[in-house]
Amino acid sequence: MTNAVEISDLHVTIAGSHVLQGVSFSVPTGGVTALLGRNGVGKTTTLRAILGLVASSGRIQVLGDEVAGWPTHRIVRLGIGYVPEDRDVFSALTVEQNLRLAESGSGAKYGEVFSLFPELKQRGRQRAGTLSGGQQQMLSIARALLNNRPLLLIDEPSKGLAPKIVSEFAGVLERAAQHSTVLLVEQNLSVVKRLAQRIVVLDHGEVVHHGEVTDLDDPTLVRQLLGVAGAA
Amino acid sequence: MNIFLVLTFSGVALGAIYFLAASGLSLIYGLMDVLNFAHGLFMTLGAYAGYEIATRLPTSLGAPTLVILAIIGATLFGGLAAGVTELILIRPLYGKPISQILITIGLDLAVVGLLMGGFGSTALQIPVPLWLVEPTHLGGLFLPNANFLAIGAGVIVLIGLELFLALTRYGIIIRAGVENREMVRALGIDVGRAFTLVFVIGGALAGLGGILYTIVFSGDLVSPNQGDSLLIFAFIVVVIGGLGSIRGSAVAALTVGLLQQYTSFYIGGHSGWAQIGDLSTVLLLAVVLELRPRGLFGRVA
Repeated sequence: MTNAVEISDLHVTIAGSHVLQGVSFSVPTGGVTALLGRNGVGKTTTLRAILGLVASSGRIQVLGDEVAGWPTHRIVRLGIGYVPEDRDVFSALTVEQNLRLAESGSGAKYGEVFSLFPELKQRGRQRAGTLSGGQQQMLSIARALLNNRPLLLIDEPSKGLAPKIVSEFAGVLERAAQHSTVLLVEQNLSVVKRLAQRIVVLDHGEVVHHGEVTDLDDPTLVRQLLGVAGAA
Repeated sequence: MNIFLVLTFSGVALGAIYFLAASGLSLIYGLMDVLNFAHGLFMTLGAYAGYEIATRLPTSLGAPTLVILAIIGATLFGGLAAGVTELILIRPLYGKPISQILITIGLDLAVVGLLMGGFGSTALQIPVPLWLVEPTHLGGLFLPNANFLAIGAGVIVLIGLELFLALTRYGIIIRAGVENREMVRALGIDVGRAFTLVFVIGGALAGLGGILYTIVFSGDLVSPNQGDSLLIFAFIVVVIGGLGSIRGSAVAALTVGLLQQYTSFYIGGHSGWAQIGDLSTVLLLAVVLELRPRGLFGRVA
């Protein structure tokens, strides 16, 4: 099995803080790999480093290409869909314009995206800044799914959302994972257990564990790695 | 009452020129965080390009054709100069604001010096058709025809920019980039191209503003420092309107143009204090910054 992402000895320093201290792991092609860890251990920074959004040193291979030093747009064009932690929809643009911006080539799958999120079609002319948090997350996920992307980087899709909406998004991501490799950052362990096959755990800027998602069934390990009860 | 209406008309025309100067500056800062101190230079270069066209082409073309060609040439040359500046000088300095300020100030000083060397420091006259210096008699008022030209250009540019930003893909990229440049990149879009395009648009509008200022408010005279004088008011308009907002620039430009005309006449005219018009705009800037630091239509910092 080839790897969709391979990272080795990745270092990132932000404002004098050594956030990633030699992170190495790989994401096999197909399925969902969850990147876990306590708050502030460098999960989001790892995704941002893969996308070239923060300066880093080390080796990053994405979909077969060594991308260290590449500009972000070139890395993304290899075939990455990105759902950022804070959704980052363009609030002054309409829903339609947000989606139009995400179009890549002629293969935009509007029909598929609107069947997943019919509400976005109804609210096409509404400014994204006036959407609810859940609707903004729909739009953020829709942007990532609009094109055929072999790799999806998804950062905390359940953050701040009601359990019912979280379950709905988990279903959408489950379907997306049938066609794309997903690297998922997520704090909600029930979502991780539902979606992921593999886990990578970060602590203090380093990988401290990687294995199968079934490792999360061991409450002692979960408490040790994540500092939370493992019954979720 | 008649004087008030004439002043209003003249203030709107001055506002239109300020809008042309400020809109590009506002977009450039809003999208790229570049404080472009060479923007006044693009206005000056536009005016000199217009002068060259109007004086070197055969007079047999006729004054109206020559002035139209001069305006088109000024716009194109302003855009070209700005595009080359972005590609060669600004692009290597993204993320280095102090270096950008220094290089744009340096470029302005150097090229203005070259213009003085090449054309002399005295103002040069652009030949314009008689119609432009005559007034139109309308409802008992004599309104300067050149003002119609400035107002028409301002309105066309405002509508054109609004349509471009609302309907075209690059327009949407620019609006999105003003809000969150990083996310635009993360969608696989090369923001660098949008940067160059915004510089070209800004420079073209500056060139247009430069030649129109010459024709409408400067007695058809071109001088090396005229852009630098306009740049101060362009910055004031951009800050009052809100960085990155075209609509804000339009409202602020109109306000500043009218305020300058009213205070210059009603206060300066009676007291002999000629600079009161300029001072009033600075006071307006201070009031806006005090009450609404992000400007009338600006994004939250």
